[in-house]
Amino acid sequence: MRGYCHAAVGAALLLQALSLGAQEHDYITVTSWGGSYNRACAKAYQERFTQETGIRVKLEEYNGGLAQIRAQVETGNVNWDVVDMDSRDARLACDEGLLEAADYESLPPAPDGTPASADFIAGYDVDCGVKSLFFSMVYAYNAEKLTGPKPATMADFFDLETFPGRRGLRRGPNVNLEFALVADGVPVDQIYDVLSTPAGVDRAFRKLDALKSQAVWWETGAQPPQMLADGEVVMSTAPNGRIFTAQTLDKQPLVIVWDGQLLLPGHFAIVAGTPRLEAARRFVAFATSTQSLANITKYIAYGPMRHSALALVDKHETGIDIKPHLPNWPANAANAVLEDVEWWADNQDDMNERFAAWLLR
Amino acid sequence: MTLSPRARALLLALPLIAFTSVTFIAPLGSMLLRSVYDPLVANILPGTVAALKEWDGKGLPAEAAYAAAARELKQAREEKTLGRLATRLNRQSPGLRSAITRTGRKLQREGAPPYSESLPAIHSAWGQPELWRAIVLTGAEVTPGYYLNALDLQLAPEGKIIPQPEERRIYRALFVKTIWVSLVITLLCLSIGYPVAWFIAHAPSRQAKILLVLVLLPFWTSLLVRTTSWIVLLQQQGVVNDLLVWIGVLADDQRLTMIHNMTGTLVAMTHVLLPFMILPLYSVMSGIPAVQMQAAASLGARWPRAFWQVYLPQSLPGVGAGCLLVFILAIGYYITPALVGGQSGQLISNFIAYHMQTSLNWNLAAALGSILFIAVTLLFLLYDRVLGLDRVRLGA
Repeated sequence: MRGYCHAAVGAALLLQALSLGAQEHDYITVTSWGGSYNRACAKAYQERFTQETGIRVKLEEYNGGLAQIRAQVETGNVNWDVVDMDSRDARLACDEGLLEAADYESLPPAPDGTPASADFIAGYDVDCGVKSLFFSMVYAYNAEKLTGPKPATMADFFDLETFPGRRGLRRGPNVNLEFALVADGVPVDQIYDVLSTPAGVDRAFRKLDALKSQAVWWETGAQPPQMLADGEVVMSTAPNGRIFTAQTLDKQPLVIVWDGQLLLPGHFAIVAGTPRLEAARRFVAFATSTQSLANITKYIAYGPMRHSALALVDKHETGIDIKPHLPNWPANAANAVLEDVEWWADNQDDMNERFAAWLLR
Repeated sequence: MTLSPRARALLLALPLIAFTSVTFIAPLGSMLLRSVYDPLVANILPGTVAALKEWDGKGLPAEAAYAAAARELKQAREEKTLGRLATRLNRQSPGLRSAITRTGRKLQREGAPPYSESLPAIHSAWGQPELWRAIVLTGAEVTPGYYLNALDLQLAPEGKIIPQPEERRIYRALFVKTIWVSLVITLLCLSIGYPVAWFIAHAPSRQAKILLVLVLLPFWTSLLVRTTSWIVLLQQQGVVNDLLVWIGVLADDQRLTMIHNMTGTLVAMTHVLLPFMILPLYSVMSGIPAVQMQAAASLGARWPRAFWQVYLPQSLPGVGAGCLLVFILAIGYYITPALVGGQSGQLISNFIAYHMQTSLNWNLAAALGSILFIAVTLLFLLYDRVLGLDRVRLGA
């Protein structure tokens, strides 16, 4: 009996040692937004990455924010290696020294030999991240529940006379301020100039006043498609990918209005001080390669940030043409706001307070 | 060595004293400290803060301050504390985050003496007195700023205390609302709990046991389960609305909004806190002999008068204990309002949680928490003055 015990303990220790070894060498943890997006990433390139390099990928989910990354870096116990971040988080984390510097020179070139630095769509850079995909905030309506005329512009979203009914809005100043100004007639390239003046901020809040009595506030991206399907709201702002999934996989009669959409770039960043830096670098290079970014569009409607990948975009897994569903497809992006990350970095706390005070009034 | 009885008693109490100081006094102390003590800027920019002592607050400071700022920003970038410095200054004056981080990034290449010329060339904010004023204000290690902020006040440049502009006032109204909502919940709990406790205390013992279990069962159920079941019941497509539509009281498009607003907060919190009212009431009431009411009746008092003069005064200690418990719990509740409160049902504790978890402004959270703590203490003392704590009883 005692012999068995010893053997069992020995085996357990051996297993633990082996698994520790495996942790150090052949897998990395990639933290991302979860849901249908994680599924798309797994199918588009993570499985191929493991096949080609032997490095397994462990997927974690988070909901944005820096708290966990900060805690890991400060305690020296980094277990997230690569994080999929929005621009604002990537920028703040970079300033706080929580991320490794990004290096576009080391990324693979386009299939035709164009170097990576020229192949990526210009702009939207953050020092510590490699830009990957365009997400977008749009508004959508349920074509079956909204009888009568159909909305087509951002101004229509704020027009309660022509389109009466409740509106789903994100609880927070982001997106709402931009949409309010677009609806109020500010050209999309001047939104942040207007917001930089106190009068401009007042103007945005005044426009939001009109919707306040009809507003239903959502906090996670899964809520808007649900509220639209239930008929709890007639229109809602929403991340475009969630609406796309509801349209294609859940067969909901939802329609996206692209006018005045807010384009948001996503970035891959490597957490500072990871013991698996080399594997993390290989992963980021692989995930932002032309083929990987093009593959993503087979599973979800997010727009690749490489010109060469955009050229390869073809059909969604359901067989429909995915191009008209991408936020940066020319027809969709004709009247789009490009998020000014620096403006938000400077004004986020201030606008959060102002928004909270506005909600309570 | 022999110990005096007193010392031995103290020794026995030592674990308890250690436990309370670790789990209660130390966190409370650190919270109170944090609400007025913020050494971040003084630690990162000590030379700049010292050099600015010479500055009269008008115009721009001397080259010495610029040079110190440039040196210390370079160092902060190397030590990776620049982000936190930028966050702190940005809270004082929105826009300084990018000024500080951009300066930190460019200083290595473009920063050369005289810094009073190269810094404003990197970012125009260095040519404005506002940035320097923000450094002076945040450079003080002990600051009343967070308390002012928590009371919707601010420090004007001349050092006067002025109210925040109208569109930024949040907290004072929230404190009032929190106290008001807690009072309403306490009264609701009392008006529901008193008859229930009376019924349990004077029912035959078999029925009393069953009723008591019915009160305790939700008390033992997870708070989250109880709160989310209210969402299932009260939402627009929920059980109550379905029922009302089915029996024809409401049309399908007239469904009531009973959750994600103040109604939801009131209903769910009253339910969650009800056992804290019923249990002390029950234990006091079960000590009141039922024969007293019969005696009062035999002396000619009708039921209302007998109740008013005989029963109620004896049950008051239980009422006091129940109200105090419910009110103090309600004033600090945050999970239930966060889940069912929507936009109008949020209380001050939700904002404390927000500043702890999301905006990471722990100092402001500490100031708000301290004010809540002081308010509860004051109410407690007031209660003692008016009604007397010695009359509060949790049991007969």
